[in-house]
Amino acid sequence: MFKKIDRSSLLFLGGALAFFIVVQALISLNVLTAFWNTILRIGGVMAIVSIGLNLIYGFNGQFSLGQWGFYAIGAYSAADITYRWTNNASTDGLIVLLLIVLLVGTSILLLYRLLSRIRGLDALSAFTVYLLAAIGLSVASVQLGRVIAPPVNGLLQALPPDVATTIVFILAVLIGGLLAAEVSFLFGLPVLTLGSDYFGIATLGFTIIVKVLLDNSDTLLGFTEMKGARGMIGIPKVTSWFWVMFFLVLVLVITRNLIHSSTGRAIISVREDEIAAKAMGIDVGYFKTLTFVLGSLFAGLAGGLYAHVNGFLHPDTFNFIKSFDPMIIVVFGGLGSITGTVFASFAWALVLEGFLRLLLPSGFETWRFVVYPLLLLIMMLLKPNGLFGNFEMPYLRQILPPLRKKTSQPQSEGITVKEANV
Amino acid sequence: MNSSKAVPSTPSFLDFLVRRKILGLLLLILILLLVLWKLGSELVTNPTLFLQQVINGLQLGFVYALIALGYTMVYGIVRLINFAHGDVFMVGAFMSYYAIARVQLHTWPAKVFPNLSPGLSIGIGSITVILLSMAICALVAITIERVAYKPLRNAPRISALITAIGVSFFLEYFGALNFVFSPNFITYKRPFDVTTWMVSAQGVQALQKGQAIPEKTVIFSNISIIIVVVSILLLVVLQYIVGKTKIGKAMRAVAYDKQTARLMGINVDSVISVTFAIGAALAGAAGMLYAIAFPQVFFWMGIIPGLKAFVAAVLGGIGSIPGALVGALIMGQAEVLSAAYISTPMRDAIAFTILIIVLLVRPTGIFGEAQREKA
Repeated sequence: MFKKIDRSSLLFLGGALAFFIVVQALISLNVLTAFWNTILRIGGVMAIVSIGLNLIYGFNGQFSLGQWGFYAIGAYSAADITYRWTNNASTDGLIVLLLIVLLVGTSILLLYRLLSRIRGLDALSAFTVYLLAAIGLSVASVQLGRVIAPPVNGLLQALPPDVATTIVFILAVLIGGLLAAEVSFLFGLPVLTLGSDYFGIATLGFTIIVKVLLDNSDTLLGFTEMKGARGMIGIPKVTSWFWVMFFLVLVLVITRNLIHSSTGRAIISVREDEIAAKAMGIDVGYFKTLTFVLGSLFAGLAGGLYAHVNGFLHPDTFNFIKSFDPMIIVVFGGLGSITGTVFASFAWALVLEGFLRLLLPSGFETWRFVVYPLLLLIMMLLKPNGLFGNFEMPYLRQILPPLRKKTSQPQSEGITVKEANV
Repeated sequence: MNSSKAVPSTPSFLDFLVRRKILGLLLLILILLLVLWKLGSELVTNPTLFLQQVINGLQLGFVYALIALGYTMVYGIVRLINFAHGDVFMVGAFMSYYAIARVQLHTWPAKVFPNLSPGLSIGIGSITVILLSMAICALVAITIERVAYKPLRNAPRISALITAIGVSFFLEYFGALNFVFSPNFITYKRPFDVTTWMVSAQGVQALQKGQAIPEKTVIFSNISIIIVVVSILLLVVLQYIVGKTKIGKAMRAVAYDKQTARLMGINVDSVISVTFAIGAALAGAAGMLYAIAFPQVFFWMGIIPGLKAFVAAVLGGIGSIPGALVGALIMGQAEVLSAAYISTPMRDAIAFTILIIVLLVRPTGIFGEAQREKA
């Protein structure tokens, strides 16, 4: 296994580790105040969301505005689990959601194998099958959770409180991600058949529906601890810089390895030309769904992390206007450039939340959102293809195996991003 | 034909259900029946309330139609989702507010021609105000188009979209500054007095101020009449411009094929500017009508109506003018009826659920043509 790690991988992991240590040291020495610490963590969280969107839009060409809705699902479900653990010392939320996620996930995988054998599959009918299975299994999980929760609760109570909270937190983030992924599978199944702009609008609708549901989470959904439009408080603030970096590196490695596999090439071929990809025998629907689910998984993970940054969640954070933020970051960094996305996320957080707050003279605080769109306009007019275009760091760049000399010259390194249509 | 033989491991009953699209259709029919049953039972139990809601929905629908036309025309020509359109609508509402409350522009006929009857003078004054806000909105839109969108015409479409979002943010937050509009809610002053009539079994009567509304009556005001009449008038004018004039012909040509239109000697850039201007003028008129109906203006007022109108445009088939009208009327009814009968806070979610369901059945909207991908 270790033979495979080449210089660029070591450089990447070493660089990430160095960045983590330097920032962590600055935080420990109090050079970076809590303000900057929060901004850096939010930058990392945004990077995870935006990588997910870059996968969906930049690499697979699906114009999705639903990323923010999945982010919200991840945030609220993870927050609910840790809230119940820290405030009520109960693992009900954890166990029930874990069961839902596992059972529904398994059922989706099994049903997908079963249903994909049927030719001429109608997406809406398949959706109905999945939906019925998901609803049935969720109800079953709630009942089953009541039985399993007490022993697990006793087990977790026996552990030291810090360890137990960390375990619950990590599980909550993972559950949030998986829940977002499963919802995205269900939602994506019928909607991914739509044309590009229409897909964007349907996913925008998804974001708005999620936001409205969160606004009424205490009255309509019955989750009183979410407090609806008043905002959810009392979530433990356990997302440290370490966890943000850990998940960011994890997501980066997964994305890099995915993009540079045969699956990744299939995903990119769908973006370049759907009909040609289909003619080459690529299952377009499968790869669209796969990318959409994976991107939403990242959004859900990021949501879980975000919920534990400030310990406060408000439905307005998941407003559809803010849902353009990941899209802005992805376009800003350069479509199909993971380096650009990560860089743009941190830049976005630092500029919008940090520098603009500090640099604007007093009395001009309201100008922050006047300067921001102006910066956006100037950037778009000057560099319509984003900051990084299709540049990638050495680790993230694909190293193509050299072609045989006689046939042709190796053309170019990396993935060329052609003009991406909406 | 019999695929269960070809793939023996597939359960045949599932195969049957899925292949005939039965399950998906059943789901849709179930939703439809539930909605119809709910509406039908409400109509039977309280017909006047139902009729009242329909009238309110009609009023809202026509305002949405005016905004939706701007989205649909711009999309038809430059394939851009102009997110700043809702904020142009906001500018229109504010302009009419300033014209009425600060300058008292609506009283000019009474000052210049004191002998005019009060009804006529207020009418002419209001028309001046609406024309002024339409003109200003058209100017704003042409400026936006020239500064922000034109340089990006050959860039990837997503860049133009992000620019549109940037322009939208700029208009909102620049408008929120104290010396521009205001960060606060402002009460809108109507140029005319509201007269309300009630329709009951006894006929039509004017409702006195402070009078309680009796049971089993439907009320409507001159506001609904004005909104519906002005909207239909503007729609007829638009239909005339697009269908009968030279610029309308040029617009249709550019929407059909930009390159060929340019070869035929059409100045594509000016046609695009005119399209933006017409759409924005309609949004300006809609802004004033909306503010008259819901007398409050603030810098974020454009977002939600803009979004609803955009959904209406998509629902009707984006790029189609009759589609925008039909979609907007559906949106208006859906919003009002779901607020009345299902759940007020959920009305936005219901509007979008309708949109998603319609898109699943007709992927390009009700009147939409098959989309040309990667043209």
